Amino acid sequence: MLSFLLALAPAVAPNPAEAGRIQFNRDIRPILSDKCFFCHGPDKAQRKADLRLDTREGLLGRSGEPGTVVSEKPAESELFQRIISTDASKRMPPPKAGKDLTESEKATIRKWIEQGAHYEGHWSFQPVAKSGSNDAGAIDTLIGAELVRRGLAPVSEADRRTLLRRLSFDLTGLPPTPQEVDAFINDKDPGAYARQVERLLASPRHGERLAMWWLDLVRYADSVGYHGDQPVSVHPFRQYVVESFNANVPFDRFTREQLAGDLIADGGDRGKIASGYNRLGMMSAEGGVQPKEYLAKYIAERVRNVSGVWMGVTLGCAECHDHKYDPFTAKDFYRMQAFFADINEKGLYGGGKDWGPSIAVPMASQREELAKVDAEIAKLRAVSTKADPMMESAQLAAREAWRILEPRKVASTGGAKLVVRGNGQVVASGKNPATDTHEIEIVAPPGGLAAIRLEVIPADGLPARGPGRAANGNFVLTEIVARKAGDPKAEPLSFSSARATFEQKGALVGNPWGLWTARAAIDKDAKGRNWGWAVMEEAGQANAAEFTLASSVPEGTALRISLEQNHPNAGHTLGSYRLMGSSKPADPLLRPLADDATAILAKVPASRTAEEKAKLLAAIRRDINEGAGTGAELKKLEKRGAEILAGAPTTLVTERVMPRTVRILHRGNWMDDKGEIVTPGIPEVLGGFKARGATPDRLDLANWLVSSENPLTARVTANRIWKMFFGAGLSRSLDDLGSQGDWPSHPALLDHLASRLVESGWDLRALIRGIVMSDAYRRSSVAPRPVRESDPYNRYLARQSRYRVDAEMVRDNALAVSGLLVEQMGGPSVFPFQPPGYWAYLNFPTREWRNDDGSSRYRRGLYVHWQRQYLHPSLAAFDAPSREECTAERSRSNTPLQSLVLLNDPIHVEAARELARHALEAKPNDAARLAWIFRQALQRVPSPDEAKVLAALIDNQRKHFKGLPADAAALVSVGGFKPVPGAETIELAAWTGVARAMLNLHETITRD
Amino acid sequence: MLPETIARRSFLRAGGLSLGSMAFSQLLARDGRAAAAVPRLPFAPKAKRVIWLYMAGGMSHIDTFDNKPKLAQMSGQPMPESVTKGKQIAQLQGAKLNCLGPQHPFKKWGQSGQEISVIWPKLAEACADRMCIVRSLSTEAINHDPAHTFMNTGSMIPGRPAMGSWLLYGLGSESDNLPGFIVLVSTGKFGQRQPIAARQWHSGFLPGQHQGVELRGTGDPVLYVRNPAGVDMSAQRQVVDAVGDLNRLRDRAVDDPEISTRLSQYELAFRMQTSVPGLMDLSDEPKSMLDLYGTRGGDGSFGSNCLLARRLAERGVRFIQLYHRDWDHHGAVKDHVAGTAGEVDQGAAALVTDLARRGMLDDTLVVFGSEFGRTPMAQGSGRDHHLAGFTMWFAGGGMRPGFSFGATDEFGYNAVENKVSVHDVHATMLHQLGIDHERFTYRFQGLDMRLTGVEPSRVVKEILA
Repeated sequence: MLSFLLALAPAVAPNPAEAGRIQFNRDIRPILSDKCFFCHGPDKAQRKADLRLDTREGLLGRSGEPGTVVSEKPAESELFQRIISTDASKRMPPPKAGKDLTESEKATIRKWIEQGAHYEGHWSFQPVAKSGSNDAGAIDTLIGAELVRRGLAPVSEADRRTLLRRLSFDLTGLPPTPQEVDAFINDKDPGAYARQVERLLASPRHGERLAMWWLDLVRYADSVGYHGDQPVSVHPFRQYVVESFNANVPFDRFTREQLAGDLIADGGDRGKIASGYNRLGMMSAEGGVQPKEYLAKYIAERVRNVSGVWMGVTLGCAECHDHKYDPFTAKDFYRMQAFFADINEKGLYGGGKDWGPSIAVPMASQREELAKVDAEIAKLRAVSTKADPMMESAQLAAREAWRILEPRKVASTGGAKLVVRGNGQVVASGKNPATDTHEIEIVAPPGGLAAIRLEVIPADGLPARGPGRAANGNFVLTEIVARKAGDPKAEPLSFSSARATFEQKGALVGNPWGLWTARAAIDKDAKGRNWGWAVMEEAGQANAAEFTLASSVPEGTALRISLEQNHPNAGHTLGSYRLMGSSKPADPLLRPLADDATAILAKVPASRTAEEKAKLLAAIRRDINEGAGTGAELKKLEKRGAEILAGAPTTLVTERVMPRTVRILHRGNWMDDKGEIVTPGIPEVLGGFKARGATPDRLDLANWLVSSENPLTARVTANRIWKMFFGAGLSRSLDDLGSQGDWPSHPALLDHLASRLVESGWDLRALIRGIVMSDAYRRSSVAPRPVRESDPYNRYLARQSRYRVDAEMVRDNALAVSGLLVEQMGGPSVFPFQPPGYWAYLNFPTREWRNDDGSSRYRRGLYVHWQRQYLHPSLAAFDAPSREECTAERSRSNTPLQSLVLLNDPIHVEAARELARHALEAKPNDAARLAWIFRQALQRVPSPDEAKVLAALIDNQRKHFKGLPADAAALVSVGGFKPVPGAETIELAAWTGVARAMLNLHETITRD
Repeated sequence: MLPETIARRSFLRAGGLSLGSMAFSQLLARDGRAAAAVPRLPFAPKAKRVIWLYMAGGMSHIDTFDNKPKLAQMSGQPMPESVTKGKQIAQLQGAKLNCLGPQHPFKKWGQSGQEISVIWPKLAEACADRMCIVRSLSTEAINHDPAHTFMNTGSMIPGRPAMGSWLLYGLGSESDNLPGFIVLVSTGKFGQRQPIAARQWHSGFLPGQHQGVELRGTGDPVLYVRNPAGVDMSAQRQVVDAVGDLNRLRDRAVDDPEISTRLSQYELAFRMQTSVPGLMDLSDEPKSMLDLYGTRGGDGSFGSNCLLARRLAERGVRFIQLYHRDWDHHGAVKDHVAGTAGEVDQGAAALVTDLARRGMLDDTLVVFGSEFGRTPMAQGSGRDHHLAGFTMWFAGGGMRPGFSFGATDEFGYNAVENKVSVHDVHATMLHQLGIDHERFTYRFQGLDMRLTGVEPSRVVKEILA
């Protein structure tokens, strides 16, 4: 037993203290992180003796101040003296912490100090080293050098059958057919292997394979996760992922689309579907949920996810306290949250059916139908652009009634710079105060002033072109007050009504009006001073609000109009607008015309040129046609289009709303309202950050993630892709490249892959191609004992790795080798057989899984309905995660439940029956049939010993079922098959037994 | 068949490769050693196994184990604002908060004089002197799902291992033919049947073999445990034997310890196929035993599950968790709490009594409690969820018998005396199983994760015998 335990210590790592130069990051930091950082690390609340060992200053001192380490002098270095002290009161770490350093660790630290105690910042936060070469052999050069250094000899290339089986599983998640293996074996061309690589990379199955990986990370599931775990429709997102991988969409674009597809200028429906990423987190419909608590949960999970998926760091640890090991502060955590504060969502989705913003994603047939409807609508519209002189003159008259109110004086109480441009347009610039009031002095126009119109106008230079100055182009006019100018004590005039061409519907939490309505701007703040007129969904467009005075003001009266902008969400101020006045209550309500048309309108009609008149008429005609629609026919068509869309599948999307205020929550307590307000930003330690506008948003975050300033994303992604082809990352910790993570076995190789990934324009396929073309990838996984013993975890890749395939592939493999697999892509999730009653403890509502009876039950595991609380048990048994959180690495267990699934799950029995049936059809005798089944399952011929075991099995099964014809019929009837009674059925049952054995082999579910 | 020793040899030879495999911890446990990962306490553990009677839905502490005379006096009157101000409230948000006294009388029971509501006649009569009642629990979540997750895994964030998985990982299984962590669920007919997620018995970031396995009341008792239609045990044996022989041949060719593990898992699976039906078949229990538990078995009732729990304990299962999901009494709490207690009373009493008679209570830690309590304020005729104070009790496993510990304030609102957190409960349970909770860790996302989290928690020594 002793030798067994000793074998646990990996023999391969040479003791760095004996092996040349110590590197701080490789050799020292992991020791300090593990043993010291908890009390002497980044968390200031835990820090003891005000000593940090995670910074250069903490270790080596500041200028003029000695540190705890004295270069070249272990005897004078307190750090070293403390760790080797035999005095329990002096020794560090304190004996009770149970974190004593090993002798080898102590020796390593001593040697590091002797060598000069050179410090390095944490490796993964350093810029990615530029790849030395673009040469295809770089991977093997770097691996080869390390093998030489460690005295390991690489094993030879795997045989072609193994190679193709490995490549097929890795690139498509499916096994090769025996015919594909034969073709490869017989292809004597030197480019044979490369051709197989290209064939598999081009297969639509490749995108499905990569999607299995990605959906774990972004926690894709078909149910909401909390409490009732109700179903939610997001499958178009899954299809977006599959299609993106198949089209080899550059990873930077893929990143931008998911985090901010709704903010990308030409994102379209694709961007919207991708933006569903932000909505894939868990949600609750549990009565009694306090929305604020769950909003805090949802947004915190987003930080965990984005930092897990793209940065490979555990920023989530900083929710309640500064990170204990990495230089992340709680403030960093909440600044990351602030990026996601603009997502339209609710804490409580009462009713459990409506999960917030979604769009319809028509299926192909529906798209065709829609296209027809759209074509007919376009035809009708073309006809309807004809002029309607009656309406035109009516609208012209209505517009002529509004006169521009030229401001005589403008002032901002908050300190913004207000400038009056042509046509009465007021433009704000300079400081954008948190709240503001614009004081505008105007004079009542000829005929008196009965109504005031505020036109808000988009303008270049404003965020999102305005018309407001908030990051998303919005503003909130909380109150409009009019009083006689020059008399500060004058009573405000009363308004009798207010209306607007558009009123914001989103971000309504707490809004007593149920709408961001213009009426809230004339209520003298009766319902609170926070509420007013806003236009978020139509930011970037012109709109107008009209306020009718209770009684008309005589011509020539000077008035001071106060435009109050008191919304507590800082900076929601007006950016560009004009005031207009009318001598009579206005009707109808019209949108602002374009600037040039407004300028023409401002002229006395008699002074307008013919060209100007035509231009004005065109503008008005356009407005009429856009506004009015065209008759019953058009309405009918539009209704039909809407019906098609209503019947189409939907998917959750991100809808941007006015950002919520984000505060640092003390100890993560969501009830705390006293913390500092934070704005969006990346962790400070990761350096500078350039935003497009004043307030950084999700698109800025995405841009930064894939920018050269961020060293993490490329490393994390390259490391995870590597894992897909070797079974483990170059850094083993796929989910943490922080200081507690695993130092990569080949740092230069990881940086080579990362920098190639960036330099290639984030070309994932090129990265994958480079990896699978390497010699290291092609090696055999069978290695002589000494190689295995000196590198038990295969960190140095003298051989390939051997491991059980992922849950979905276990299923897909059985379906593929038996010929059952249906290679259909996309669409709603499928419901293959699941044991009855498995959902018994779901409620609100109670439900039962309904087994699909069509061909969809033979589709790939990727498409199986993903129920977070009760994942399909055959997938769960093979370690498929619930996807409640980001999963970077599945565990790879080996359990009796897996045996029960392979032995008894009807889908595996049905696959065996099909395999048997095909064998009976394909081959004339026992030996040939055995060999055929064996080849189907494993793409190789059985050894004589193996053939002997199978020959005995077919004899035994035959004998068994001969006496039990009813059993035989029952067995082969699985999946609705109708057996022919008699000898044929007994034979089929016996062969089904053989096929079951084949599908249960360890080798069958192993990629080696 | 090929000699069994091949499997054994190749596993031992390359054991270090297979840290994640079940056989590792099991072999060690079977050899009388703890897995290297487990920081054992320097004394013999008091408990070998846990039976957790989990009252899902939120049992009202005020109507069951925490008598509040002052609250009874004030029943119907407003709850003083000083008690509730700034506190987290679930469905009663914005409602008028009136006191609702205990709905049934309390009595003192046994020699210890433990105060327990009369709605537990059998339990109180038979077990009061064996129970260690802790009335000063509080938790961090006020809704069922996160509160369950916190109670089971020590964190509200999904993805952490359940306590049973931690134990299985640390101590291994003592059963040769059953999983070491088994869950049974019964459903009553009085409360809202709140859902229970499989997350509550998931192994989280621990290797999958430490996952809890549900023993189901209807259908196949374990998923996929039944042979395919038309396949009897002899036909199944033929297939399993051939799989074993072919796997061994492959192992000879490639020399891979994972194959040996796979071999042993097929053997365990096959044994489960016979042991599970044997476990569920109560025909070997005398009538007096069925009467004690008040069940004829096979009905998925709490009483039936209690009897199965004892049978599982006898067979060496490490962690047995019985959910009874009937305690969410938002309305008609008077009738419903009595009704649900009636569903649980006899089974719980019988289990403790039966274990004691067999001498198994000494090394079996019985735990009884909910994910949270219920408000001392009325919600109509019921009570809302409540996190600031509630009750759990323990029996056996070295806990102090006939003892009460901790208290809520006179309204039953806040735990005020000898407060005990959920993490404290976990720390104490681990302690009784011989494990130091502060050093029992697993590396995940670069961190040494613990069941009891990073904030300080303590072993509640006062409640230990």
